[in-house]
Amino acid sequence: MHIDPRKAALSVLAAGLMAAPAFAQDTIKIGVTQPLTGAFAASGNYVAQGAKIAEDEINAKGGVLGKKIQLVIEDNKSNPTEAVATVEKLIVRDKVPAIMGAWSSTLTLAVMPKVMEYKVPLVVETSSSGKITTAGNPYVFRIAPTSDMEAVAFTPLIDKLNIKKAAFLNTNNDFGIGSAKAYSEALKKKGVEIGVMETMDPKATDFSAQLTSIKASGADTLFVTTAVEQITLVLKQAKELQLDARIITTGGSNSPDQLIAQAGSAADGSYHVVFFPPWFPDVVKNPEAAKSYMTEWKKRGHEPGGMTEGFRGYDGIYTIAEAIKVAGKAEPAAIKDALWKVTVHGVYGDIKFTQQGPKGKESGQNVPSVYLVKIEDGKVVNPEL
Amino acid sequence: MDQLLQHAANAMIIGGTYALLGIGLTLIFGIMKVVNFTHGELYSFGAYMMYAWVMLIGADFMVSLVLAVVLGIALGALVEFVLLRRLRGADIDTTMLVMIGAWIAMQNTEQLAWSGVAKSIVSPFPADPLVLGPVSISWTRLFVFVVALVLIAATYALIQRTKLGKAMRATFQDRQAAALMGVQINSIHTATFALGSGLAAAAGALLGPVFVVYPTIGDSASLKAFAIVILGGLGSIPGATIGGFILAFAEELGAGYVSSGYRDAMGFLLIILILIFKPTGLFAQKERIG
Repeated sequence: MHIDPRKAALSVLAAGLMAAPAFAQDTIKIGVTQPLTGAFAASGNYVAQGAKIAEDEINAKGGVLGKKIQLVIEDNKSNPTEAVATVEKLIVRDKVPAIMGAWSSTLTLAVMPKVMEYKVPLVVETSSSGKITTAGNPYVFRIAPTSDMEAVAFTPLIDKLNIKKAAFLNTNNDFGIGSAKAYSEALKKKGVEIGVMETMDPKATDFSAQLTSIKASGADTLFVTTAVEQITLVLKQAKELQLDARIITTGGSNSPDQLIAQAGSAADGSYHVVFFPPWFPDVVKNPEAAKSYMTEWKKRGHEPGGMTEGFRGYDGIYTIAEAIKVAGKAEPAAIKDALWKVTVHGVYGDIKFTQQGPKGKESGQNVPSVYLVKIEDGKVVNPEL
Repeated sequence: MDQLLQHAANAMIIGGTYALLGIGLTLIFGIMKVVNFTHGELYSFGAYMMYAWVMLIGADFMVSLVLAVVLGIALGALVEFVLLRRLRGADIDTTMLVMIGAWIAMQNTEQLAWSGVAKSIVSPFPADPLVLGPVSISWTRLFVFVVALVLIAATYALIQRTKLGKAMRATFQDRQAAALMGVQINSIHTATFALGSGLAAAAGALLGPVFVVYPTIGDSASLKAFAIVILGGLGSIPGATIGGFILAFAEELGAGYVSSGYRDAMGFLLIILILIFKPTGLFAQKERIG
């Protein structure tokens, strides 16, 4: 048999590459699937950056069970099919004992059957659709609040904001639809009239048709649920069409700093439901965790507007690391059981899981704090309500 | 009634930019028969160039606009020269696959160069809109509309009234015959692709300040452009122009009076209906491919 020397050299090289992970045996791998490219790229990268801060902090303190942790971050390309493929790859090839992901509700719902199939716990850091923790998937542990929790936390503010007639504009996916449903039900219970409910394609950039209908409906408050890029456009276009209604954005992926930078004066007067207010870190439950995260975020020169998104990844990794510590071994089944026992003093507050969903196959759900902030004269303020 | 007037104004403005996207693609897809998946990327390239010149370098808004279009033309010429010249005579599927590859590569390069964080471009026009009775229109959008109409008219004149335009039409009707008549067909291919790309970049540069700029903005622009070209009839500039306005009105009125959840579906539903009754598009030419 003739051996091509180039091919021989290549196979030696390949063997060397395959051998490389052998040196890394004393690390514990944690899988992360995030939208690093595609429509949600900005947010997905923030979460990944936050996750890396947690990884470095944990390793600087000696790691977990005497080993360093190592994140394996995969790009799910903002696409549910790709998200499933990343989870399969993380479990089968990288053999990670736990995964954090997958940012949007649609992406998370897509990967849930996979983690159930392989029996690997999934810590959900961002998604808010109610379906995630009520689907009967015992491998799902969510640290982010559900839309219902947001709506419940928001209820006392309905009278204070004097909302009489509300309109909705939400992105047409699990996140947007779930949020509009939760908030509209909470508003109805308080006797608020619900006007038009408009939706927008997650990729759309022009909402003049929807905003014209909303303006004509005479609503005094408009609830907007989508990611920060579309919120920026909604604010700008609402100003162009002279929409008088007060705008409240929900879901926590609204990055008020980025809105100020990009929508300018169009952002003034708008309200935003956030899960971490870096402008007033003293109001959160664990100011030390928040400040440590914020200091490192600034030190690394990450986009300041991403701080309200990145903490999700930071907390997610701390939660998994803590569960591995409690489990005493980096194995999926042990980590899943340990997640029920952990309390993590994170930026989200004290993270611990309560049971949600059908009996016998409950998912874990954390109850984080929810804050309402307002933009005034290009600054984020704590509205006096 | 007030609401209808506002909807109509919105649709007119959006229609102008749809038309601009459509005529750029109709040159490439309709006349050259290249299924050009990079059209949307040229659109985002135009928007990013606008961002670079206005926001990073601090150039004048109008100067930046011209520069963005010129750079778009250059990039289009480059794509034609590097990729398509080698595929002359290749079947439509091969070219299509190459263009899909180019689209993905370009979009990811943008992501690498600019990150996924959306960028905004400050426009020199007043932030407060122009108010005409019940209708309000932003000055930036009005400017975009006027420039779009001028570009559409100029393109039409170029194709129909100049020698270059005649050479373009001749080349894509019959390559051999055109070559025999002394037309430099290689240059004509490059020029046509560059012109179409320049128009896409112009649309991106104009709309960048209206919206925000991020790497995937080209995707929906590309989708709309294909729909408009098919609606109007391949290769027809009046068809693409009117198709752009029809799509804009269908979306706007569909979203305003039927359901905003089906905004995009309205446009495509209309296209299906038109194609059932007029399979070659509104302004049909003799043949169609693809």
